[in-house]
Amino acid sequence: MIPSRWFPAITVMAMVFFAGAPLMIARAPYESTMGLVQKIFYFHVPAWIAMFSGAFVCGISSGIYLFKGKKVADHLAVAAAELTVLFGLIGLVTGPLWARKAWGLWWQWDARLTSALILWMIFVAYQLLRQYGGPGSDKLAAGMALFGMANVPFVYWSVNVWRTIHPTTNVVPTLVPGMSEAFLWCSVAFVLIFLLTLSARVKLESHRAAIDRLYLSLDD
Amino acid sequence: MIDWMIRLALGKVKDVRRRKNYITTLLVILATGFLQTLTASSQNLLISSFTPLVVQVGQTQAAQDEFVPIDELPPEDQLPAAPLLIAAYAFAWVALLVYVWSLWRRLGSVERELADVARRISNRSGGA
Repeated sequence: MIPSRWFPAITVMAMVFFAGAPLMIARAPYESTMGLVQKIFYFHVPAWIAMFSGAFVCGISSGIYLFKGKKVADHLAVAAAELTVLFGLIGLVTGPLWARKAWGLWWQWDARLTSALILWMIFVAYQLLRQYGGPGSDKLAAGMALFGMANVPFVYWSVNVWRTIHPTTNVVPTLVPGMSEAFLWCSVAFVLIFLLTLSARVKLESHRAAIDRLYLSLDD
Repeated sequence: MIDWMIRLALGKVKDVRRRKNYITTLLVILATGFLQTLTASSQNLLISSFTPLVVQVGQTQAAQDEFVPIDELPPEDQLPAAPLLIAAYAFAWVALLVYVWSLWRRLGSVERELADVARRISNRSGGA
């Protein structure tokens, strides 16, 4: 993942971006119909970007583990799945807080919200399977991660294909100056924190594997 | 600016005077940013305070023949946005901080266990 010598520099960069995010968000213009509550968008969408990245990393590395049997890929998949759950949770909590003011309700069982919840639940199930599934659960969980990854494009395009009250994917490319800088800034902050935590989590997983190997050699 | 921060964070600036200069420059940049935010916020407030007046003067609306108390508005119109916004940002920050803290603790405990097992193996091979 991230080389050790780059780790402090990227940590400082992530801290600068996160510390600067409230300033960028405060300076962004107010949206005409939603006003102040629209500013939840600057953390909500980057959280989903990080979540989708996690789902793709988990799915691709699970595929490599399934077909090539590389343990490193499995460590990466476990780390990415945990981050998918974390960033998905942030998205699922911040979304209803915005919807309560913008739509007048916390939750709507429409295509986008329901498919996003299902995607998040797939990765929660992955975690549970890895935790309590016993021997062989790693391969089963890898298969599940592939299905989770395949679900991501459906979640993304659901707002364009089905009739929903959720804003479409056209919102981000058409952001006005002021809004687009704040959005880009927050997205970079989330991507940096995703990369840092992913690296640290992979390190944790490889340490655990090393401990298992050492215990086995101790038993012999 | 980021380069200076990295050099400061890594303790690469040994000269005390240069370090002081870097810190002073950083503080000036941060203070400027803060003042800009304050200015931008006050401008936003001024615009939002005067806009309804300007709009009312320019439009020919039907005369209002009754006042509607705010508690008779639909619930979604009464709901203030600030608590929801603060709750959303607070949740995101707390979730990330708790996760980073838990990761740091787990890494520390695994590294201690790894060192312990490695020591036991080296003791055993040394004794054998």
